[in-house]
Amino acid sequence: MWEAIESNRRRTRIIVAGMAVLLVGLGALIGGAVAPRGGGLVAGVGIALLLWFILWLVAAFQGDSIMLSVAGAERIEHADAPQLFNVVEEMVIASGLGKMPEIYVIPDDRPNAFAAGRKAETRVVCVTSGLLRALNRDELQGVIAHEIGHHKNGDPALMILMGVMLGAIVLIAEIYLRGNFWGGRRRSSKESGGLEILLVVLAIVLAILAPVLAQMMYFACSRRREFLADASAARFTRYPEGLASALEKISVHYQGGIKANKVLAPMYIVNPMQALAAVGLFSTHPPTDDRVRILRAMGGGVGYVDYDAAYRKITGRAGCIGKRTLAADTPTSAREAAPAAAESVDERVSRSRDVGNLLGRLDGFTMMQCACGVGIKVPPGASWASIPCPRCGRDNPVPKAQPSASAKADEPLTFRRQGKGWQSFQCSCGASINLSPAFEAKSKTCGRCGRTIDVH
Amino acid sequence: MTGAVIAVVALGIGLFVVIIVLAVAGMYNGLVRSRNETKNAWAQIDVQLKRRHDLIPNLVETVKGYAKHEQGTLQGVISARAAAVGAGTVDARIAAEGQLTQALSRLMVLTENYPDLKANQNFLGLQEELTSTENKLAFARQAYNDAAMTYNTKTETFPSNLIAGNFGFKPEPLFQVTDEKQREAPQVKF
Repeated sequence: MWEAIESNRRRTRIIVAGMAVLLVGLGALIGGAVAPRGGGLVAGVGIALLLWFILWLVAAFQGDSIMLSVAGAERIEHADAPQLFNVVEEMVIASGLGKMPEIYVIPDDRPNAFAAGRKAETRVVCVTSGLLRALNRDELQGVIAHEIGHHKNGDPALMILMGVMLGAIVLIAEIYLRGNFWGGRRRSSKESGGLEILLVVLAIVLAILAPVLAQMMYFACSRRREFLADASAARFTRYPEGLASALEKISVHYQGGIKANKVLAPMYIVNPMQALAAVGLFSTHPPTDDRVRILRAMGGGVGYVDYDAAYRKITGRAGCIGKRTLAADTPTSAREAAPAAAESVDERVSRSRDVGNLLGRLDGFTMMQCACGVGIKVPPGASWASIPCPRCGRDNPVPKAQPSASAKADEPLTFRRQGKGWQSFQCSCGASINLSPAFEAKSKTCGRCGRTIDVH
Repeated sequence: MTGAVIAVVALGIGLFVVIIVLAVAGMYNGLVRSRNETKNAWAQIDVQLKRRHDLIPNLVETVKGYAKHEQGTLQGVISARAAAVGAGTVDARIAAEGQLTQALSRLMVLTENYPDLKANQNFLGLQEELTSTENKLAFARQAYNDAAMTYNTKTETFPSNLIAGNFGFKPEPLFQVTDEKQREAPQVKF
């Protein structure tokens, strides 16, 4: 169990090797077709491998940060979202993963989550704010366990490797086909032998087929890893129902087939592009429906053996988990279900408010609290000096950093803290600055104007 | 001719020895890795118990302000914590921590009667931390058991048991679920 769960490892290896062969073969054939006599074959292979290596370098070292910034993800700390942070910690302990991943939140109402990061130091778990709003603690635990399962099984690294090969194949095929289309006339006017024509025809056929084949391989691998992560999640949480009910809740949000970022789609826990039952060779995720049914068919056990049995029963296919993992698995039973009280409206409201506050802080709102207990959010850059409370009518001054007593022009601003909780105030440039309960430094630098503000 | 035969035999024996040495080294390293994982998992349990001890004074302070009439329960939690912190032997500790778990859940059931307390942000924060610490404790036990099981299997099965026996790798005890109360620990709803 402390080893990563092993799916038919041989099968994964065959798929990866198949893709590599496809890449090299495509390079060789295209090289041969372009320059049959000038060692084009070797040059083609060389170019294909070089392209693959460059893409891999970019993806492996910059890919995560590019992806997170494209998605608008913000890194959070324990004080920002204690429950999310705690749940991740719990799953790191349960999985024996070792190092805590960094946690990011994407301000997006659609519930979803993904795991990224090739190495232990760069691991990331990312959730949308919609997920935090929609799920209760057990469900959130299930989803986080699924993402930690991806990390434990080494999926991000594998998917980067395969994704990059897929990208290289598509790129080479595209360049060749376009080049052929525009420059075809020139080449055909030259004298060419039968072998060369055959090479060109083969190259064109492969350039058309290879991207499709590669995509199918990539997706087959991706679907498989989803099942494995589900099995891991059941094992870690000892509570498959948590993930099952989370998947149900999440999939309801996508039944309209909402638009989403194509690049990120395969990474998410539920594919946002994949409406309803549209599942075939070209889907990155197995049908959510099947995943839920498998999790619910585990019959009180939570071991890999139980998941494998449920998988075989529901899908009718051979098992998805490797023999060695199954043999090393110890029988484990689910923890008893927590009293399944229907979620009260209060709980949903307070969760929603927590998420709203989290997003507000991430967006740079100034958060203040009226003496009567009403929370007031001031948008960044607002110039109001004070705001009347909507409930009790008290006038609440917007907290601002004050110039220090010996007022010189460049003298740093000061802000006096009240209490230990979350606190926010405005810099004199209007930018809002948030202090977390964990903030202990003596000063804070304004993100917009760069002024240093002393905090007492 | 005989020289060549001797050379081949010597080479064969040499190769055999190298393979044996490599296999022994591999198994030895595997055992060490397993044992370290088990120790780490055990340490994690300690971390969480310590964390629970640290949370309790704050919790008691917060609850005191709202539930003045529950001195008995509050005192129970405080003394259970003191007993757990001071416990010497492993068995005494396990017993004391069990007492503490029960005292805490009594306190938490009690807080249901104080709506003002349940609206206090500070209390809600502590409640989440305590719930999570109990969860982490349960998951740490679970991870320890899994790690110890893997390690114990290695020390007992052929061929790694030969290495384990010669280098003093002893099996680690597993957490037994002694009573139903303990089994339920992870889902105590605060």
